[in-house]
Amino acid sequence: MAVIDAVEMKPPRLTVGPLAWLRKNLFSTWYNVVLTLLAAWLLYLFLKPAIEWATTEARWGVIEANLTLFMVGQYPRDQIGRVWLSIFILAALIGLSWGVWKNAARGFALIALGAGVAFILIALFFGWDVWVEWLIAVVSLLGFYGMGLYLPRGRLVAAIGWFVYFPFLFFLIAGNPYIATLPPVPSNLWGGLLLTLLLTIVGNFGALPLGILLALGRRSKLPVIRYFSIGFIELIRGVPLITILYMAAVLLPYFLPIDIRPDQVVRAMIGFIIFEAAYQAENVRGGLQAVDRGQYEAAHALGLNGAQTTVLIILPQALRAVVPALFNSFISLFKDTSLVAIIGLFEIVRIARSILAQSDWLGTHREVFLFAFVIYWAFNLAFTYGSRRVEEALGVGKR
Amino acid sequence: MTETNNSQEIIICRDVHKWFDQFHVLKGISLTVQKGEVIVIFGPSGSGKSTFIRCLNRLEEHQKGQIIVDGIELGNDIRNVEMIRQEVGMVFQQFNLFPHLTVIQNITLAPSWVKRVPKEPSRELAMQLLRRVGIPEQADKYPAQLSGGQQQRVAIARALAMQPRIMLFDEPTSALDPEMIKEVLDVMIELARSGMTIVAVTHEMGFARAVANRMIFFDKGEIVEQGTPHQIFNEPQNDRTKLFLSQILRH
Repeated sequence: MAVIDAVEMKPPRLTVGPLAWLRKNLFSTWYNVVLTLLAAWLLYLFLKPAIEWATTEARWGVIEANLTLFMVGQYPRDQIGRVWLSIFILAALIGLSWGVWKNAARGFALIALGAGVAFILIALFFGWDVWVEWLIAVVSLLGFYGMGLYLPRGRLVAAIGWFVYFPFLFFLIAGNPYIATLPPVPSNLWGGLLLTLLLTIVGNFGALPLGILLALGRRSKLPVIRYFSIGFIELIRGVPLITILYMAAVLLPYFLPIDIRPDQVVRAMIGFIIFEAAYQAENVRGGLQAVDRGQYEAAHALGLNGAQTTVLIILPQALRAVVPALFNSFISLFKDTSLVAIIGLFEIVRIARSILAQSDWLGTHREVFLFAFVIYWAFNLAFTYGSRRVEEALGVGKR
Repeated sequence: MTETNNSQEIIICRDVHKWFDQFHVLKGISLTVQKGEVIVIFGPSGSGKSTFIRCLNRLEEHQKGQIIVDGIELGNDIRNVEMIRQEVGMVFQQFNLFPHLTVIQNITLAPSWVKRVPKEPSRELAMQLLRRVGIPEQADKYPAQLSGGQQQRVAIARALAMQPRIMLFDEPTSALDPEMIKEVLDVMIELARSGMTIVAVTHEMGFARAVANRMIFFDKGEIVEQGTPHQIFNEPQNDRTKLFLSQILRH
C-alpha cells in the first residue's frame, strides 16, 4: 500500500440549529417519537389547569399586601431603614469582593447584581417606592467593585470587612439601649426572610470554625481532646435537629448563669451552630483524610512545627477539597431554618401560616405557599450557581 | 547529649534498629558520614534503605541504637528533632510540593515561618535558587503546571532554601520519565561538587560514578557492602552485591 502523508482534517461538522437538535434529541427513533408526544401530552394535562389557575383564579394580591411581612416579619416599620442599611453594606462588600477576588467572587456578585436590577424593575413595574433603595444597593455594589479593582491590600480589607460584617449586622438589627438612633428591637419581632437569613448566616459562620476545631480534635494525639470531639460529634449527629432546637429553647437557660437569659432567637442560633458544627466537622475530616501523607512529611522535613503544618499546609488543601460539601451543608441549614417555626419563631413558613389566618385572605394557601416555595428555591438556585463558580475558581493549582 | 562537634563526622549511626510491628526493617546499621561526603545507598526494594534515610531526619523513629546528626542526638525531644530538620534538607520520590502554593511560595514558606526571614531577602534567595536549578521563569506557577523534572528541581530548591548542612535524597528520579531524569541529576551533581554533604538513595549509577565518595549496598535491613564506586563496580566482594549489580547494570 502506498504511504499517504497524514492530512490535517477539520473536525466533523456538528449538526446545529433547532430542527437538527429536535430531530437528534426528541425524534430520533419511533419510540422516541412516542415518548416525546406522551410527555408533551402529560405536561399539557398538568400545566393547563395550573396556568389557568395562576392567571385567572389566584389572588396574588395576598403577596403584595403582605410582602413586607414576608421579608421582615413584625420588625418595626419605622426601623426598616436598618435592614436596608445592612443590605447596602452587603452589596458594597459583595462588590468589593468581586473587585479583589475577581473570578472566585464573580458568580455571587453577578447574582446579587442581577437580583438588584430585577428588584428595581419589579418595583417600577408595580409602582412601589423601594426601587430607590434597590438602586442604591446596585450602585453601591458597582461602586465598590470599581474600588476593589484598585484598592491596595484589597483582599485584606475585604476579608476584614466580611469578618466584621456579621457581628455588625446582628448589632444593627438588634439595636442597643444606649444608642439613641438604634433602639433595641426584641428578637420576637424579627421574622420572615430576615430571620431565615440571619439564622442561616450565624449558624453557618459560627459552625465552620467550630467544625474545623472538632475535626482537628478528632485526630488529636491527646486522648482527652480526641474523645471529647468524637463524643460531641457522634452525640449531635445521633439526634434530629428538631430535638436540638427544643433543647436549646427549653434546656439551655438551665445550664447558664441565672442572669444570662439569651432570647429565643439566640438560643435557636446556638442550637444551629452546635448541630451544624458536628456535620461540618465530618466534612472537614473527609478533607483532612484526602491530604496525602507526603504533605505532612514534606512540611516536617522543612522544620515546620505541628501547628504550622496544620494551618499552612494541611487545612488549606483539606478545606479546598471539601468546598462542595461545605456549601452543601450551607444549603441544608438554610432549608432547616424552617424548623424554628416549631419553637415559636416567625420565619418564612410560620409567617405564611399567619398570613393565612388574616380574615381578608382566607383560602389563599396555594398563593402563599407557592411564594414561600419560590423564595427558598430562588435563594438555593442562586447559591448553588455562586458556589459552583467559587469551586471552579479554587480549582487553580489543584493536582 | 551534645557530643564534640569539632570532628568532621556530621552523621553518626550506631547499631540502629527499627521494626514495623514484628518486621525487623533495620538490623543494626552503623555508619559514619564525613562533612562534604557524597554517599549513595542502593539495594533491592524492601531492603530498608528508604526507611534508613528517613530515620536521619526522624520521619521514621528508630527503636534501638543511636543517631547523631551534626552533634545532636535524635530522640523523643521534639525540639531536637525540629532543630535537626532545619539542618537537613530532604527530597522525596513523589516531590511532595505544596499544590496550593506557587513555586516561589513553596520555596519561601519554611524560611519565612521557621527562620523568620523577612519577605524580601527570602524571595531573593528563592529566585537565586530557582536560577541555580534552572527554572527562574516558573516562579509564579503552581506545581501542577510544571513537568515532573521541573517539580523535582523546585523540591530541591525548596529544601536548599533552609540552607541545610546535609541533603537527603529518597529515590529522587524514580517517579520521573526518562527524558527528565538528566535535568534532575545535573542539579544533584552540581550540588555534590559544591561541597554539600549528601546521602542519596538512588539507582542512578551514572550519578554514583560521577560524584559518590562511597557506595553502600543495603539488603534485608543490613549494610552488606560498602566502598568507593570503583571498588563496588569493578571488584564487588559479596555475592549479593554482584547479583544485584548484574541485574541493574545488564541493560
